[in-house]
Amino acid sequence: MTLLAVSGLNKRFGGVVAARDVAFSLQAGELLAIIGPNGAGKSTTFNMVGGQLRPDSGQVMLAGENVAGLAPRAIWRRGVGRTFQIAQTFVSMSVAENVQMALISWHGRVFSFRSRAETLYRLEALDLLDLVGMRGDADRPVRELAYGDVKRVELAVALASQPKLLLMDEPTAGMAPKERAQLMELTASIARQRQIGVLFTEHDMDAVFAHADTILVLVRGEIIASGKPDEVRANARVKQVYLGDMGVEAAMRARRGRA
Amino acid sequence: MDPAFIVIQSLSGLASASSLFIIASGLTIVFGVTRIVNFAHGSLYMLGAYLAVTIVPMLLEVDRSLPMFLLGVLLSALIVGVIGAVMEIVLLRRIYHVPELFQLLATFGVVLIVQDLVIKLWGAVEIPGPRAPSLRHGVFIFDQRFPAYELFLIGMGLVVLGLLWLLMQKTRFGVLIRAATQDREMVGALGVNQAWLFTGTLFLGAFLAGLGGALQIPRVAVNTQMDISIITEVFVVTVIGGMGSVPGAFVAALIIGQLQAFGILIFPKITLVLVFLLMAVVLVVKPWGLFGKPDAAAGRAILPEGILSLKRFGRVDTIIAGIAIAVLLALPIVGDNYMVKVGIEVLVLALAAFSLQFLIGVGGIVSFGHAAYFGLGAYAAGLLVTRGGMAMEPALLLAPLVAGGFAALFGFFIVRLSGIYLAMLTLAFAQIVYAVCFQWVAFTGGDNGVVGVWPSAWASSRQVYYYLVLAMTLAAIIALRHAIYAPFGYGLRAARDSAIRADAIGIDVGRIRWFAFTLSGAAAGLAGGLYSFSKGSIDPTMISIPMSVDFLVMVLVGGIQTVIGPVVGAAAFHSVKDFFMPLTDFWRLFLGLSIIMMVLVFPRGIAGATSALVDRKRSVTLPAGGV
Repeated sequence: MTLLAVSGLNKRFGGVVAARDVAFSLQAGELLAIIGPNGAGKSTTFNMVGGQLRPDSGQVMLAGENVAGLAPRAIWRRGVGRTFQIAQTFVSMSVAENVQMALISWHGRVFSFRSRAETLYRLEALDLLDLVGMRGDADRPVRELAYGDVKRVELAVALASQPKLLLMDEPTAGMAPKERAQLMELTASIARQRQIGVLFTEHDMDAVFAHADTILVLVRGEIIASGKPDEVRANARVKQVYLGDMGVEAAMRARRGRA
Repeated sequence: MDPAFIVIQSLSGLASASSLFIIASGLTIVFGVTRIVNFAHGSLYMLGAYLAVTIVPMLLEVDRSLPMFLLGVLLSALIVGVIGAVMEIVLLRRIYHVPELFQLLATFGVVLIVQDLVIKLWGAVEIPGPRAPSLRHGVFIFDQRFPAYELFLIGMGLVVLGLLWLLMQKTRFGVLIRAATQDREMVGALGVNQAWLFTGTLFLGAFLAGLGGALQIPRVAVNTQMDISIITEVFVVTVIGGMGSVPGAFVAALIIGQLQAFGILIFPKITLVLVFLLMAVVLVVKPWGLFGKPDAAAGRAILPEGILSLKRFGRVDTIIAGIAIAVLLALPIVGDNYMVKVGIEVLVLALAAFSLQFLIGVGGIVSFGHAAYFGLGAYAAGLLVTRGGMAMEPALLLAPLVAGGFAALFGFFIVRLSGIYLAMLTLAFAQIVYAVCFQWVAFTGGDNGVVGVWPSAWASSRQVYYYLVLAMTLAAIIALRHAIYAPFGYGLRAARDSAIRADAIGIDVGRIRWFAFTLSGAAAGLAGGLYSFSKGSIDPTMISIPMSVDFLVMVLVGGIQTVIGPVVGAAAFHSVKDFFMPLTDFWRLFLGLSIIMMVLVFPRGIAGATSALVDRKRSVTLPAGGV
């Protein structure tokens, strides 16, 4: 069955159309990238799938169930984990405690007064940190980490609820190029191994074309192209949007010159 | 209803709206530029009134005319403006970058200082002011007599609105104020002289407060309670209008003026409650007020002000705690009656302060009205015993339930908000409780309170009651402390650190905050119940703003980043207060100065400073990566 099927998604902010009839689908184990210029509606689309924004209309079918307009935590319970464009962590806690908190919630024990939280699900948390390569930093305060490492912790937190779908809003923003490649490779391998669908937005085209199975190009709230990386790369409309008419010519000339 | 009567009533509503607007516009302009909610705005208003009752009669001796009266009013307002500018240079300038809670407390310190200075300079007796020459007559509207001075006030409100509009639109200073209200950092980045802008803004804000106060002298006798009574009303006006918005303050003042004018006909006793209810409803529908905008900084990840790391008790801590408990157990045996009395008070206050720290330090919910739940517990216990004929034991059980019930009711609205709006709403609810206890004389005894709240026979000896208090407060503190270390406390801290992340991992942020608020209210209610039986009487001061501030000071003295600090803070604060208060007539002055000093030089409190010292020592003696 299709893991995620989005159709006819619309969102307006006053006079600005942030999403118009957005539709796409995603299979388990597949990586789907949404790209587009700033203000194209990537984060809006994203937040409508994750529940942070309520769509004006449209359907978000998750494993056959419409989750459009549900609260983030209701969508989370149905198997969606996410990371944020600006990393969101519990800054007063250690790295392990951040993951433990997600595990405590996953096991439905947030309102428990019985035990000490610092010992709960610690081993499971360490395993998840191992997976993202952060086990050695488990007991450091998360606020002391470099930004790239914070993003890894966020990934471990998102994975704690054994999601079917991962939403990653610009997972590599603010990272050094080498770190970017590592994080995307890590994400891709976890996704294939665990059959998790990954929906992500990204500005870094290298990351997108290297790892995405499918690419969706969003411009002013509308999908102007979608397909395999090669198809999108060859799409004239996409070139025009990214480079402009003159830019396309310049790029063609540059290419001919090099050839 | 008679139409003439309605016109007269709404005109008098307009007159009070006009006064409210003049004062509130000053507060809202100052907030817009400095982002500080100036608690001392009410004190500036009071100073304006006191200066006017001194200056205006002197001028009227020279020439008994309206221009002389107005000149006196203007002079008073100008002096207050200068006082405001001095306050900016001496104090506010140093606290622009500290958290809201500290700003509120520091400016409340100014309130306390001004109160004592005013009593020292003008005495505690209220002073009737002179009436305005040529405006002493009545004007007949639909055959009803209406005071000319009230009409004049309505005009003044419009004049101030017009002048403010001109100032904001046509002058460089006004443009800068508007720009800073929208984006303070950008104005700084553009190379504007911020020091001058902020001092000027405080001058303007204080001038408006002083003007509002000086204009009141023909209407009300000037008294030392003017500051607190006006500041709550003005808070409501600015919050409903949207903090920082002058048009918002105008609209809100109009609404509140009418609500009071007509509310007094329908519910004469509870107009204040109506006003606060309006505020609660507005904030639920529009969390930033009618014309307010969310802060530009929202969404940025900043380190919260509160508990940052939970340490388990080490060996030294366990020994200290053990000694403390041993001392507490031995106190009635070795100490005299007076020490036992102070011991009871310290224990009760420690529980109340601890419950407040549970909200602030763990939940990031800065309550400025925690005395409400303390007082509700006390009144519940007291009324159940004196009016319900109940025994002490069930009354003590019901006290936390009643306080928790009200905390659940108020908290339902409160936990939806954040930052300064949340603090204002907690204050508003506390003032509702205060107003009801103060005004519902038949049920609560009003100002005199409830007397004859005594423990059961077996606990009537002070020593026995001490042990009862010790057992119950210790049990409650240990239970709350346990909750901080349990998954619930972690969840609450998670919601504080990043609500959006907490939501995305399935934590119901609203529910956990609501639950914490209720729990904290119930614990404060238990403290209140225990307190009422130890005193034998209850009165509304237990719910007043100064009581809420005392609790905050205890938390602050103990250290806002520590778990057990508030207990230390309560002991230190209460001992000092108990020792010094009988010795001096200037307790409030002393307390106010101490609060300001603490915010400026000692923001992490006693326990916080000690643990920082210990940490520093440890990091010196232990090699890096040792733990």
